[in-house]
Amino acid sequence: MAEFNLPANSRVTEGKTFKAPAGAKRVKKFKIYRYDPDSGQNPRVDTFEVDLDACGPMVLDALLKIKNEVDSTLTLRRSCREGICGSCSMNIDGTNTLACLKPIDDVKGDVKIYPLPHMPVIKDLVPDLTHVYAQYASIEPWMQADTPFPPSGERLQSPEDRAKLDGLWECILCFCCSTSCPSYWWNGDRYLGPAILLQAARWIQDSRDEATGKRLDDLEDPFKLYRCHTIMNCTNTCPKGLNPAKAIADIKKKMIERVV
Amino acid sequence: MSLRTPLGRARGLGSAKEGVHHWWQQRLTAVAMVPLVFWFVVSIAANVGADYASMHAWLKNPLNASLLVLLLAAVFHHAQLGLQVVIEDYVHCHAVKTASIVAIKLLSIALGVFGVVSVLFVAIGG
Repeated sequence: MAEFNLPANSRVTEGKTFKAPAGAKRVKKFKIYRYDPDSGQNPRVDTFEVDLDACGPMVLDALLKIKNEVDSTLTLRRSCREGICGSCSMNIDGTNTLACLKPIDDVKGDVKIYPLPHMPVIKDLVPDLTHVYAQYASIEPWMQADTPFPPSGERLQSPEDRAKLDGLWECILCFCCSTSCPSYWWNGDRYLGPAILLQAARWIQDSRDEATGKRLDDLEDPFKLYRCHTIMNCTNTCPKGLNPAKAIADIKKKMIERVV
Repeated sequence: MSLRTPLGRARGLGSAKEGVHHWWQQRLTAVAMVPLVFWFVVSIAANVGADYASMHAWLKNPLNASLLVLLLAAVFHHAQLGLQVVIEDYVHCHAVKTASIVAIKLLSIALGVFGVVSVLFVAIGG
């Protein structure tokens, strides 16, 4: 059956508290999930008090301030700090989002920060994304065409056809959507999840690609595609404002189109 | 422990090339049930307090009998399709999953046939 409880060695315990420096006026508490598999200890939630007057506006600013000034063992992924690389995806205040795009002021009360849900944790806020990346590779996310490359040097696409890729190409593969999806939690080993299906849709909708039928063949499966029950968590959580649920619905429509 | 590559694991047994039929049937039966259930509820409500003889006459009407057979077929087909999805979602032991799906399908067919035959008994038999 689906696991509704964490295994005993994954139960989260209370951790340490790091006080704000004396004299700090605007103090916000950050409750951050900490886990180090090498330590053999259960995960814990540490509390860090941060002086917002000495901190940037985004959650990522606070995390980096904590890492730089309070506890350098705090482990997280980050790179571009402007919502383009997709590295700092994590669960903030109960919702998957990018730490660099999430203003601290948006969070009422303490800021609770956990890694992306239901993924194996490598350390603290760093999940193991091996399987989602492999699933991404499995949909062959590159242009496939038998027609030889035209001498003009480019495969042409009309503006209308190009417009069909809007809302798909912007995905940065942060996996906020896939890890917010209950269907992906229960059957992530076989279900491709919203992020990968949106990427599949990006190639299925591309007028220059000639492998549309093969791509649909590869997706037609009770688990790879049809585990999507239009729960819409993916669309709710996407930090880029994309609509993976619609992308999946469009794939299902294409499936019907070639049958009926 | 498995030393299989991540890509090998992600590809698994490949696509079943199946699922669109299931999905389409679930939608069709759902749409079919909208007017059928509406008709059924209205008909029953209109006959509240009726005696045995008038309900018997109602069911002997070929239109009523046909619609009731269609409703039974749609309900049990839809239920079977939906329960299969629930089992696939939550049951992860392969043996239990297969046994549950087979049981659901056989039970749905049995109950559906029983319902339809019952209607025909009244409608045709007397």
